[in-house]
Amino acid sequence: MSFIPHTETDIREMLGAIGAEQIEDLFDEIDPKLREVDLASIPEHADEQSITREMHERASKDANGLCFVGAGAYEHHIPAAVWELTTRGEFYSAYTPYQPEASQGTLQVTYEYQTMMCGLTGMDVSNASLYDGASALAEAVLMAVRANRNSNAARVLMPASVHPFYRQVARNICANQGIVFESIGTSADGRIDQAALNKWADDDITALVIPQPNFFGVLEDVDMLTDWAHNNDAFTIAVVNPVALALVTPPGHWGRSNGVDIAVGEGQPLGAPLAGGGPYFGILCCRKKHARQMPGRVVGKTQDVNGEPGYVLTLQPREQHIRRSKATSNICTNQGLLVTAATIHMSLLGPNGLRNVAAHSAANTRKLVAKLTALEGVEQVFDAPYFHECALRLPADSSSVLDALAERGIFGGYAVDAYYDDLERVIIVCATETKTEADLDAYADALADVLAQADYYRHRASVA
Amino acid sequence: MSEQTIFELGQTDRRAFAQAPDTAPPIDDLPETLRRDTALGLPEVSELDTVRHFTRLSQMNFSIDTHFYPLGSCTMKYNPRACNALASLPGFLGRHPLAPASQSQGAMACLYELQAMLTTVTGMAAVSLAPMAGAQGEFSGVAMIKAYHESRGDSERTQILVPEAAHGTNPATAVMCGCEVVELPTDADGDVDIEVLREAVGPKTAGIMLTNPSTVGVFEQDILKIAGIVHDAGGLLYYDGANLNAILGKARPGDMGFDVIHMNLHKTFSTPHGGGGPGSGAIGVGPRLRDFMPIPVVDKTDDNGHDWYHWLTEKDVPYTIGRLSAFMGNTGVLLRAFVYARMLGRDGMTRVAEFATLNSNYLMKRLQDKGFEVAFPSRRASHEFIVTLKNEKQQFGVTAGDFAKRLLDYGFHAPTVYFPMLVPECFLIEPTETESRATLDAFVDAMATIRDEAKTDASMLTNAPFNLPVQRLDEVLAAKRLDLADQSKLARSA
Repeated sequence: MSFIPHTETDIREMLGAIGAEQIEDLFDEIDPKLREVDLASIPEHADEQSITREMHERASKDANGLCFVGAGAYEHHIPAAVWELTTRGEFYSAYTPYQPEASQGTLQVTYEYQTMMCGLTGMDVSNASLYDGASALAEAVLMAVRANRNSNAARVLMPASVHPFYRQVARNICANQGIVFESIGTSADGRIDQAALNKWADDDITALVIPQPNFFGVLEDVDMLTDWAHNNDAFTIAVVNPVALALVTPPGHWGRSNGVDIAVGEGQPLGAPLAGGGPYFGILCCRKKHARQMPGRVVGKTQDVNGEPGYVLTLQPREQHIRRSKATSNICTNQGLLVTAATIHMSLLGPNGLRNVAAHSAANTRKLVAKLTALEGVEQVFDAPYFHECALRLPADSSSVLDALAERGIFGGYAVDAYYDDLERVIIVCATETKTEADLDAYADALADVLAQADYYRHRASVA
Repeated sequence: MSEQTIFELGQTDRRAFAQAPDTAPPIDDLPETLRRDTALGLPEVSELDTVRHFTRLSQMNFSIDTHFYPLGSCTMKYNPRACNALASLPGFLGRHPLAPASQSQGAMACLYELQAMLTTVTGMAAVSLAPMAGAQGEFSGVAMIKAYHESRGDSERTQILVPEAAHGTNPATAVMCGCEVVELPTDADGDVDIEVLREAVGPKTAGIMLTNPSTVGVFEQDILKIAGIVHDAGGLLYYDGANLNAILGKARPGDMGFDVIHMNLHKTFSTPHGGGGPGSGAIGVGPRLRDFMPIPVVDKTDDNGHDWYHWLTEKDVPYTIGRLSAFMGNTGVLLRAFVYARMLGRDGMTRVAEFATLNSNYLMKRLQDKGFEVAFPSRRASHEFIVTLKNEKQQFGVTAGDFAKRLLDYGFHAPTVYFPMLVPECFLIEPTETESRATLDAFVDAMATIRDEAKTDASMLTNAPFNLPVQRLDEVLAAKRLDLADQSKLARSA
């Protein structure tokens, strides 16, 4: 099954035209020593029926339960039309629009996406997406170091309330460019510790990263943080959840001046299924004055020779295929198909739909928190406003409790103690608009059941 | 024949009612200072408006499903429908990336087996599926090379050798990893100039980045010699897998001496290009770099007679360059690649390279017979080859770009133009193995017809395209005007 259409006659005649005896002759410039290849450990080809059966069996083992995990990826309802349209062959099997006249579909979709992202974030310009939220943060850091000419330090303040995986990715990608990340601690209410921040007031700071909501679901005091950064000649990089922006002030309006410099985020909640971690897409928006420092593809509106409107990739001189070693990033592909899905998703929801999704998610999480904290020993950790995630402390070892919940078909949240020493037994829970009252009750009942055996789990934890 | 924007189609308070909860419960505890008080800037349209709009837009695209798409270096082969259908089963789509391993065994089994198949077919020691695209695979590779030298206290090694014809991502990646780029010239046959290489390597050499077959469409004949020279100098070899389709199952980068390779699964393993992504840039490593792989990686252990799949983390990969995405790369793309690899099997993989090469050599010969000049006529084509239109430019005043635009009118996507830059007025043509001889013949006919047009009326090329939704677009105006979002619609939207 290699999807090759050639008949024996084709092969014979094509070889004849080339002047070769056999296909093998076409590889005669490869050293014979390299042409003995042992592929025995790769299975023989499977036909479509057998691989279909095998994949159904495997898929049936996964994701059998109610998901209350967030921590950077969120279950939302995706209208049926989104992926029906997105997987049309004309979108699915096209490539980067290098020939714009033959790619107006993809290009206009991307322009509409950029417009929607500007609307949602309140920023001036958006690129055509990056790989995911975490790598978008890394690219934003590199961009800030390029663009902030008031700073020579390449020093970025990275609050501990930013998703731990995002912090790791930013570090890993920026590691070889001499960028220094300074951690800013979290105060007792789950927000960035202002006193810790103020210690940097007299230093050369390139950028401050501001998560909204932060990893714990808590809403940061973004106006204060943005003003602090700008008063200290530092860029501001917002890390946002795009669904939250339907309810809370968008980064383009934070602070007294014109909002943040760069806004990034994980686009997954806008039409991408959880899918085990990807493909998702990274959002990156910025102020117009920084547009030429953006990484990745950007679509611009123009006109054809008759003055008719049309769309092209623009600002290409920033990119690797033109500037090579002087490019703003090595990025080549974006996440085009996911951008297509997101654009259709946002069109179908519209402003009211997205607001309702956000409000229902926030309301469901509040209901869930009320039900769970009604159980003995379960406490809300932070006394601060939150969006649709909340940190809860359990009366027993969190990993053991989550395992026991999973056995009951409840994916109860994400245990954070591996990344925060002072947050022992703390999990983050999330209930989006996809959860019904019965789902929330099912979680509360299962947790009550599990905690009733808490002595057992405490014991197991101490043995382990 | 332009299409209005989705914003122009909208009307205040028109909605696609079925798509979201129809109420917004009050969130009373949200402080006033944090509440959004500005419009969201999204269109207000019905479901049917939306479906028609995006269907019409799709019809303004060329794609593999609708057109021959011989875009060199991009491997635009047929994307089998089964791969999409089977990666989209509910258990896979609904799985949260942080779901417990007990609820992920199905997907993890697929990823583990994909790692194993890719390890074998590339001849490497291990594979990590973590990188999200080719450029991130490249980043991983160079970051690993750097980390390897540093782990040995060999931190003076900061030079990366790159052939001048390399993909732009190579030098951009080297710089992103804090390295200095040293460009190597290509000799008259399209190979790396060995003597220049000997002079270039030394105590500062971190490694070399090579594409093989190279970006000029020929197999690097001295690859074993190159590997010896670089290794003897203390450097490592990086294989840019953009052209892996040419040798799949026929020759292996691991056997050639490469220490690290990235694969573009969206090329060789036929996952969709999606109008510019998602890609997937799995990397393979040799023994020297095994401990440096990016995570997460799937491993398998025996649990009382059952296979148990689990994630390898920092603890298991001691010198890992770490995590490159929030979760597990582009998992959905990897599942598509897995289905494709299984449908090919070891027999099919070899056929991929054979027929990609047969099609390429056939197309090259037919174009030569029609009088087109091939850039490296003394060489076999790999899965792709270069035609130079410098004669046509000289005689008729038409450029490769004009030829490309006119091809669109004939229903063929243009080959890659003006890359690699060392060949003037070039077309890099990659037909792939899934195209029939009839399609290749039709393409040759169109090329010949277009050259006839150039002779008689060059404006048929210089003003092309004529038959598309828009005529030739003004890219200079786009860069000057910088209209990147529909601000007028934003201002008025809800």
